[in-house]
Amino acid sequence: MSFKTPSNLKYLDSHEWILIEGDTATIGITDYAQDSLGDVVYVDLPAVGDRFAAGTTFGAVESVKASSDLYVPAGGTVIAVNEQVTEQTELVNTDPYGNGWLIKISLSGDQGDLLDAAAYAAFVDSIKH
Amino acid sequence: MTSLKRTVLHAEHLALGARMVEFGGWEMPVQYTGIIDEHRAVRERAGIFDVSHMGEFWVNGPGALAFLQHVTTADVAQLAVGQAGYGLLCRPDGGVVDDLFIYHIDHHTYLLVVNASNIDKDWQWLSAHAHPFEMILTNQSDTTALIALQGPDAERILQTLVGDIAQTLPFHGVTSVRHANHDLIVARTGYTGEDGFELFCDNDHAAPLWRALLATGATACGLGARDSLRFEPCLALYGHELSDTINPYEARLGWAVKLDKGPFVGSERLSHLKSDYTRRLVAFEVTGKGIARGDYVVTDQAGERIGHVTTGMPSPTLGKALGIALVERAFTKEGTVIQVIIRDKPVTAVVVKYPFYQSRYKK
Repeated sequence: MSFKTPSNLKYLDSHEWILIEGDTATIGITDYAQDSLGDVVYVDLPAVGDRFAAGTTFGAVESVKASSDLYVPAGGTVIAVNEQVTEQTELVNTDPYGNGWLIKISLSGDQGDLLDAAAYAAFVDSIKH
Repeated sequence: MTSLKRTVLHAEHLALGARMVEFGGWEMPVQYTGIIDEHRAVRERAGIFDVSHMGEFWVNGPGALAFLQHVTTADVAQLAVGQAGYGLLCRPDGGVVDDLFIYHIDHHTYLLVVNASNIDKDWQWLSAHAHPFEMILTNQSDTTALIALQGPDAERILQTLVGDIAQTLPFHGVTSVRHANHDLIVARTGYTGEDGFELFCDNDHAAPLWRALLATGATACGLGARDSLRFEPCLALYGHELSDTINPYEARLGWAVKLDKGPFVGSERLSHLKSDYTRRLVAFEVTGKGIARGDYVVTDQAGERIGHVTTGMPSPTLGKALGIALVERAFTKEGTVIQVIIRDKPVTAVVVKYPFYQSRYKK
């Protein structure tokens, strides 16, 4: 099985994606992450105004089986939270790069170890079984 | 995953598109289509599980009964030929080596089914206690396949495969049948809270049996659903609700400890622990925001630590975030408000009736 890794996004090896557009960015979890987790039943997200340094945890997504911490690929302040996804958690599974986005931030400048789509796809290939 | 053990049905799981994970040294299917779908299939219809990773030990000989009376907490003398029962292997200090099912297959012949992750430990434990009993212990774990067929439709499905014995076999009954020119041991046992059966066969018949069950419409279910199904009726899972350092009374399994049958390994200590233990399992519902998971810390309302979560998850049947916790006895009354520390934050929970789900066995 191969997983979608859109080329306009950057990735963390903890399976979050980030779409950087100027000074702001949108963050979610990858197709591989949602598939590994299974049916998402709970999403724990921060509040607008919360600030995070790159690589720190900003919330969690949970399935029946497991809880997975969420890491911010780049530092910043939360400017929007996807309220729809906390009600319809299945959006994380069905549309992880679209309506299943999690938060938007205004960037503060610090970044984690971001991978491009090809590097992330290669990483997923190396760990999946 | 090359170092992990595989069951004889490994290729069947891959063919069904299962997601394989490591469990107790085994590569096992955690889910096929999804845990929630598989869970519902067992509550509403029927599901099949490959549990061939579990251990099967045989005890044969005139001293078999005396040996099992000595080494388990069950009163094995009460099991007639054709009956199975639940029991524990306890340490002299009352801790639990493992929990197991004991099947009285024939005169002087018993089958023990133990947890996969404890096969080596149990084998050593049983072997160390074998003297001076006149019996032979055999480990058949590697050559025995085990498929669990569970759910309200299990009886009807099994009947299409092996005939009316599916209807006449009583709760916890065990017998031999033929299926497609092979011998099966069929028991009306399981660990999902539903009626159902466990089917033992030689490895070479496992795939034909698995396919025959799938062809009846039974849903293939992975370890994920197996865990959520056993969790709702609060059936203990070794390593979570039971361990070397949790005694049976703490784990609410005092009913499985038959002190009246005479002395056995652990009985002296257990007779004291029965009226003197300080912790107990409770069922709780998270009323605040979040999902409790195993090993999370539990506190009282003042934030003082009182225990830990043994298993927690969103319940597929009840639609709530539920958990089982091992806490100090002062906090075990229904309605007691406690806190679970979820990602460093205290979240309110309340002690509720144990278990969450009433098992629907055919008795």
